[in-house]
Amino acid sequence: MALQSLDIVRRSATTTPSPQAREAHAGEVAKLIDVTKCIGCKACQVACMEWNDLRDEIGSCTGHYDNPADLSEHSWTLMRFSEHETAAGDLEWLIRKDGCMHCADPGCLKACPAPGAIVQYANGIVDFHEENCIGCGYCVTGCPFNVPRISKRDHKAYKCTLCSDRVAVGLEPACVKTCPTGAIVFGTKDDMKQHAAERIEDLKSRGFEHAGLYDPAGVGGTHVMYVLHHADQPQLYANLPAEPKISAMVGLWKGMSKPLALLAIAATAFAGFLHYIGIGPNEVDEDDEAAARREMEETR
Amino acid sequence: MSARKPPEIVRYRTSTRINHWIVAISFVLLALSGLALFHPSLFWLGNLFGGGTWTRILHPFIGVFMAVAFALLAFAVGGANRMERRDWQWLRGWRDVVGNHEQDLPEVGRYNAGQKLLYFLIVLCLLALLLSGIVIWRAYFSLLFPIGLVRLAAVVHAVAATVLICAIVVHVYAAIWVKGSVRAMTRGTVSPGWAWKHHHAWFRDVLRGGGRE
Amino acid sequence: MTNHWVDIKNADLVLIMGGNAAEAHPCGFKWVTEAKAHNKAKLIVVDPRFTRSASVADVYAPIRPGTDIVFLGGLIAYLLANDKIQREYVVNYTDLSFIVKDAFTFEQGLYSGYNADKRSYDKSSWDYELGDDGYVRTDPTLADPRCVYSLLKQHYARYTPDMVERVCGTPKDKVLHIWELIASTAVPTRAMTIMYALGWTQHSIGSQMIRTGAMVQLLLGNIGIAGGGMNALRGHSNIQGLTDLGLMSNLLPGYMTLPNEAEQDYDKYIAARAQKPLRPNQLSYWQNYGKFFVSFMKAWWGDAATAENHWGYDYLPKLDKPYDMLQTFELMSQGKVNGYICQGFNPLAAAPNKAKMDASLAKLKFLVIMDPLATETSEFWRNAGVHNDVDPAKIQTEVFRLPTTCFAEEDGSLTNSSRWLQWHWKGANPPGEARSDLEIMAGLFTRLRKAYREEGGAFPDPILNLAWKYAHADSPAPEELAREYSGSALKDLADPKDSTKVVRKAGEQLAGFAELRDDGSTSSGCWIFCGAWGPTGNLMARRDSSDPTGIGQTINWAWSWPANRRVLYNRASCDPSGKPFNPERKLVGWNGSAWGGADIPDFKADENPAGGMGPFIMNPEGVARFFARGAMAEGPFPEHYEPFETPLGRNLLNPDQPQAISNPAARVFKDDREAFGKAEQFPHVATTYRLTEHFHYWTKHVRLNAILQPEQFVEIGEALAKEVGVENGGRVKVSSNRGHIVAVAMVTKRIKALTIDGRTVHTVGIPIHWGFTGVAKAGFLANSLTPVVGDGNSQTPEFKSFLVKVEKA
Repeated sequence: MALQSLDIVRRSATTTPSPQAREAHAGEVAKLIDVTKCIGCKACQVACMEWNDLRDEIGSCTGHYDNPADLSEHSWTLMRFSEHETAAGDLEWLIRKDGCMHCADPGCLKACPAPGAIVQYANGIVDFHEENCIGCGYCVTGCPFNVPRISKRDHKAYKCTLCSDRVAVGLEPACVKTCPTGAIVFGTKDDMKQHAAERIEDLKSRGFEHAGLYDPAGVGGTHVMYVLHHADQPQLYANLPAEPKISAMVGLWKGMSKPLALLAIAATAFAGFLHYIGIGPNEVDEDDEAAARREMEETR
Repeated sequence: MSARKPPEIVRYRTSTRINHWIVAISFVLLALSGLALFHPSLFWLGNLFGGGTWTRILHPFIGVFMAVAFALLAFAVGGANRMERRDWQWLRGWRDVVGNHEQDLPEVGRYNAGQKLLYFLIVLCLLALLLSGIVIWRAYFSLLFPIGLVRLAAVVHAVAATVLICAIVVHVYAAIWVKGSVRAMTRGTVSPGWAWKHHHAWFRDVLRGGGRE
Repeated sequence: MTNHWVDIKNADLVLIMGGNAAEAHPCGFKWVTEAKAHNKAKLIVVDPRFTRSASVADVYAPIRPGTDIVFLGGLIAYLLANDKIQREYVVNYTDLSFIVKDAFTFEQGLYSGYNADKRSYDKSSWDYELGDDGYVRTDPTLADPRCVYSLLKQHYARYTPDMVERVCGTPKDKVLHIWELIASTAVPTRAMTIMYALGWTQHSIGSQMIRTGAMVQLLLGNIGIAGGGMNALRGHSNIQGLTDLGLMSNLLPGYMTLPNEAEQDYDKYIAARAQKPLRPNQLSYWQNYGKFFVSFMKAWWGDAATAENHWGYDYLPKLDKPYDMLQTFELMSQGKVNGYICQGFNPLAAAPNKAKMDASLAKLKFLVIMDPLATETSEFWRNAGVHNDVDPAKIQTEVFRLPTTCFAEEDGSLTNSSRWLQWHWKGANPPGEARSDLEIMAGLFTRLRKAYREEGGAFPDPILNLAWKYAHADSPAPEELAREYSGSALKDLADPKDSTKVVRKAGEQLAGFAELRDDGSTSSGCWIFCGAWGPTGNLMARRDSSDPTGIGQTINWAWSWPANRRVLYNRASCDPSGKPFNPERKLVGWNGSAWGGADIPDFKADENPAGGMGPFIMNPEGVARFFARGAMAEGPFPEHYEPFETPLGRNLLNPDQPQAISNPAARVFKDDREAFGKAEQFPHVATTYRLTEHFHYWTKHVRLNAILQPEQFVEIGEALAKEVGVENGGRVKVSSNRGHIVAVAMVTKRIKALTIDGRTVHTVGIPIHWGFTGVAKAGFLANSLTPVVGDGNSQTPEFKSFLVKVEKA
């Protein structure tokens, strides 16, 4: 078997169970991004590029600090800067590190038609295995957070791996390692929730009464969580969805429609079979031919 | 009277037959590749196309090809597929239809009501497949559409494809069921008896020198 | 820094002003987040822009560039008026009780002794009144109208909250809220740290801004304590080491000063610096100047430095004037400089007024560039379109480019803001033909020496006699240099108390500057570094992060100057009897027979506190100065002067004295003065700064950094954008009286128009970093806009406040 920490518990487009004997007894992992501590230095972006050997285009300034301007196959994480004026007239510069949320119930994995292109490990990390990716982009359709990006060059899907290769050998993700202010921390999900609770208490003492943890239940919780000053308004943070869940459309598409469609096709064919056996073919006999001949001659 | 063979009746000209089979083969390829992308248990069908990635690449191109070919076909046979009053009566007698009791039904022209409905269903499905297929064609077009529309298109594509496949199963079965039909699309001709029995009104038209495509 | 990075975690309150630590020092900023997370600390940011630091602050207030003295002067007045001062501290550890000479006056923005023609002061009246005993007269009750306390109160009485709002544009309620927070640290159990950087230094009154901050800290008793201090965040990994080693034109290593032209006599030179105590029983540590100086001269000239030739005193140049960057380029522009060696310096981009730089460099016969990168300066002759529109045919300067290693390709020590000398080991071999700066300079020296030896010269002695005892004359090893600047015994050193005992054998490394002697028996290239490479080896290479007291005093990590001391003036963290003001964060204390604790005491180790020795041992007073005496060019108390390019055209604090609009003691060259712009043509206030994504003009050569911040932009507020009709992401032309740049406009809520004296003043933010070399998108050098005028003391250019005009491009 592969490294224990990379035990696969869920595999895209696979109808049989994955090996399940081993469990993540130490608990699932999580990365906690404390937006209230983040200074937007982009060291995480550099660490991500360096560790993963990624180099995006040298772009241009679009009037924002967000650079590169969007996630791409070469930028698996980026800081998104939002200016927000509070009711009291104070300015806030909300800086959110965007990237894969590693949902417990991943929309990408649900949508993926290629067996093993998207997997979920026992520790909760959702990973893309590009060698199995067929490039259809269904993961983009499935993701409630608009994260996966399809390369224009190789047409494979890419996103943050939560440094599954590092985590597999007991290291924290590269962005966590490099974060100078400790705004990104990593550990078991339980520990991270506890840490978040302490941070939230501190924030509340500083007047952020709606401070809270972003661990949206709609996707079963996530393995990347945020501490937000305004947990009641996640959309302030560069449109972080307030109640993300796998779209009903995707649910229908990748849920009921699959068995129903096969059933409908099979039923149609079976009906034909029954009809053929029960009632039989509709044949033209000599009488019909004779009648036709008669009519032809009459007409002539 | 000599025992000479009765004259055959021409039902489809060569170009229509070629086009039909192009559409038919395209459909088969699309159905196989589409099902491979649709249901994990059928992903293996993608191997027929060189694997998942080739399946993903080829499917939409074949789809566009088929849409064009089908459009020509649809135009060619469209005129004969207009519903008439007697068609509704024919439909009400569906029990006689499936029970092989045509003699109790109103006369049928070039196409019976079932064929006509199938025609419209296929046109609708293909239109839906074409439009939704463009929206979910990730390599070129998906980025141009909002994600909500892409998701809707994925569902529409799946539903339309299912309906189309069922319709084509019915179409194919009908050809097997009604003996003498397949020849119309292979050789282009039917026997006078076949025409007399299944499409009497059309038969008469042909005798009067009409009924051509 | 008086304190150090890790110590910031002990703060109860952090004031970031004149800096943007989160932006420019993200790694050090972690200690602010530690203080917030574990010490419930509050963070205050006062800045013209809502910065990355402001994004995590508890309180932010805007301020007009260049008006910090008004804000802080008002704070001083507020603290004094509300008696929010740590009285025991200020009475005992500062000069508040000292009596000032009657002749000292201040009127309408000018101090006594001003000479308008020379733009300088006769500072003789700027001093304390001495008693018959030769010591300064004091009044511990602070009642005397001529005591520093009274004068201070009087001076800042004009700095009212209303005046602050009028001049700085900071809303009064914000001002008072911040002052109240700061005042809360006047108690012994609460500490505030001030973090500043070039936002204070790059003004024509920058040094005085910093002094005002320091005065606030003294009033609050926040100097010398854990979590307190005045903390300068150095902008380069080794810029602290640069000043420590005397690379300023008027300095010698260890903050000793070069003699000026009048100081031809060695003994007078020493006497002027080895100051006698101004109060009884004060240490006045600079009394040891001779020991530091002689040991330094021995390090440079070895056996050639003898008592007879005053240790080679004649070898040292005697300055007729300071030769700082601005002076040198002024001389170059006048055609008085023929050749220039640029070592790790990109003046075309880094010095003010690019047009002047272009013209000056073109007057050189030769220019030598030592740099790992192809800098703009090395290609100043190249036409780079609008970004460097010069005619190469008209430039005859011969340019030599010597590729050097970068820091990661060599061993050595770097001195960080905390004053820690940290040894580092190279991570890779240099590419191609690159050589270390040491090799290049050594090669240059040995060739010069050969030429002098063979051909003679006007005064070859300083070159021929220079001690050059390295194993490879053309390539001194970093270790050899480190041992040299730390220092060693040249003879067996006898114990001063028992002459039969040898405390240090000849050739042995010295343990610290206390072992230095002025008889030529010791050598130390930089006295404050003495002990960094001690008898036990290279202490800079230590990596023991243990912190037994938990207050971040990792004294076995690397080595900190002076004497491995981590918090300067730490004696002041104890009350006069030697007990810590705050036992929770004890740095040092008196145990009845000696001083000791978590830090190395910044004090005479066995001095009984009963003797009354003051904690500021480098000052002859033994206490800290509110009254700077003659140490500053502009005056003993910081006074607000407008930037040389002021949007107001007058100084609201001294409205009737035209000589006091801008710094009356700042040096301004004629051509530079003529190049100043007026608010009528250039109505917008500009300020330049760094972005976290880049380091100066280096990292635009690095793809990773270029990805993160690819293209030049300027930041303007929404109101100004509307006025000039530009959308976010559009392009603007920003012009000053010296040049222009064109850049993407970043329209932001983070820069707000301020109301100054009833008028609307817009601020324009101009990040530096872009130029015409490198992999990032080519841009204009930001110094195309900046004015040539420096701080009155340090000559640091006024990059933080000048006038421009913004137009849609």
